[in-house]
Amino acid sequence: MITRVFAIARAEMLILRRNWWLVMATGIMMLFALALTFAGSAPSGALGVDMLTVSVASMTTLAVYLAPLLALMMAFDTIAGERDRGTLALLLTYPAGRGEVLLGKLAAQVTALGIATTLGLGTAGVVAALSGGAGEQSVIALARLIVTATLLGAVFLVLGFVLSALAKSPAAAAGLAAGLWLVFVVLFDLGLLGAVVMDDGGFFTRVIFPWVMVANPADAFRVWNIAASDGVAMVSGLGGAAQMLPSWAAPASLLLWPFIGFGMARAAFARLEP
Amino acid sequence: MDKALIIRAASKYRGKVRVLNDIDLCVAPGERVALLGHNGAGKTTLMKMILGLTPLSGGEITIGAARPGSAAARRDTAFLPESVNFHPTLTGREQLTLFARLAGGGADIEALLDRVGLGEAMDNRIATYSKGMRQRLGLAQVLLGRPKLALLDEPTSGLDPLSRQDLYAIIDELAAQGTAVLIASHALTEVEAQTDRIAILRQGLKVADDTLANLSRIAGLPTRLRILARSGQAERIADETGGIRINGTSVEIYCDADTKMMELRRIAAMGDAVADVEMTPPRLEDLYRYYAKGGQA
Repeated sequence: MITRVFAIARAEMLILRRNWWLVMATGIMMLFALALTFAGSAPSGALGVDMLTVSVASMTTLAVYLAPLLALMMAFDTIAGERDRGTLALLLTYPAGRGEVLLGKLAAQVTALGIATTLGLGTAGVVAALSGGAGEQSVIALARLIVTATLLGAVFLVLGFVLSALAKSPAAAAGLAAGLWLVFVVLFDLGLLGAVVMDDGGFFTRVIFPWVMVANPADAFRVWNIAASDGVAMVSGLGGAAQMLPSWAAPASLLLWPFIGFGMARAAFARLEP
Repeated sequence: MDKALIIRAASKYRGKVRVLNDIDLCVAPGERVALLGHNGAGKTTLMKMILGLTPLSGGEITIGAARPGSAAARRDTAFLPESVNFHPTLTGREQLTLFARLAGGGADIEALLDRVGLGEAMDNRIATYSKGMRQRLGLAQVLLGRPKLALLDEPTSGLDPLSRQDLYAIIDELAAQGTAVLIASHALTEVEAQTDRIAILRQGLKVADDTLANLSRIAGLPTRLRILARSGQAERIADETGGIRINGTSVEIYCDADTKMMELRRIAAMGDAVADVEMTPPRLEDLYRYYAKGGQA
């Protein structure tokens, strides 16, 4: 089984390199991270934290948008594209099971996303550290950011697989992926914000709201990075909600999602007739 | 003898439409069977059911002793899809290496690609391949791992005549190593005629399943004799033979296989009036049309 998963992962990785996907994703990550690092460098003196901390706080906000976007862009075509090209039926007649096919493709795409995140956010981190200093805490915060951003990407990769297995065509899968991104990354937070304002500090805001928020992997990612570092929380000013939750809540959400998503993708893929 | 493939009373509904109706079909190891039918007759659906890609609505299919789609069945089955396609950014060698790793055998990739005539192009991306080259790559992956059952869906599509010769050779090679070969096609051409047995599907029903010789005999399609008459003799020849004048100088006669020689002797006896005789046996296409249309020529 491992050799088959590995074989699929190798071919997928080759494709991601050949179609410039890996280079483009890394470039986009690096460009935005550098731009934000320099744009956000002003408040570091006033708050008394090093520049890397400020940079990590900016990049946390960036990664919430960018990691899911890049992941969905990579994942939407995974099954729908194979089906559209007419390559899926043949692949599925080979001894590799559908779970193995998904796992192999996921392994390659997570690796690609991990490389893009590490190089992109890492470069910005190094530049920030060189120009404005870094401490032990801020280096750990950067490492945490890179790992959790990749994890967040993995969540949206498997969710992209679900859409890719359900959609009738790659175009439909792309549309669904855009919708999914909008819901999880933008509309979800807006909806919660509206609910909190309406509730005006009531039971919902104090008890239910933090849990609903952290159930969204994008918010879990944000909460994890903010709650784990005082410096980042201070710079981002978003510590409030995070403190109402036990410290394991956000990591649990972000670590569980990939498995839930993979299970959903596996189930959707099983129903597909190529 | 143990069959490599057994299909018993297989049926398939799509909504309320019956795509396949109680199909029975067996293929023995080393046997080559052609599965013929018009587009939409259910050939590809039947193949996908054998591969476990489409569930059966009724009946059963066994490959060796395994269910369609089971790990054992997938290991023993090779498939060439209709107008086969691959990922365009991989090279032929990379694509075949992936399939070889999935099949779990240590196949000699280069030799295999040489065997199907892709030796020179194996390191080019598949995007640059012609349809015929993709078909060859598809055949190469069929030869991986000595399958017990090979399903070829329209294997001749996109192949030039020279490649067809290669295709015969590959099918024979598969059969010789004990692989049961099932070839789906919408036409009865030389490739299908070289098989051991021909099954014909019409609107989801199996309407014929026999050797080519038996099918021809049962259909009893007439042989056409066209007589070219010397000038002014066409009328007389038409009268004497009971044939049909098709223009000023030619007469056509249709006769059965067993009366053919008698007719020829009669024509020969006419002596100088006959300039030439052209004999056309029933074509494969006519034979196929006879069965595919439901027993009317």
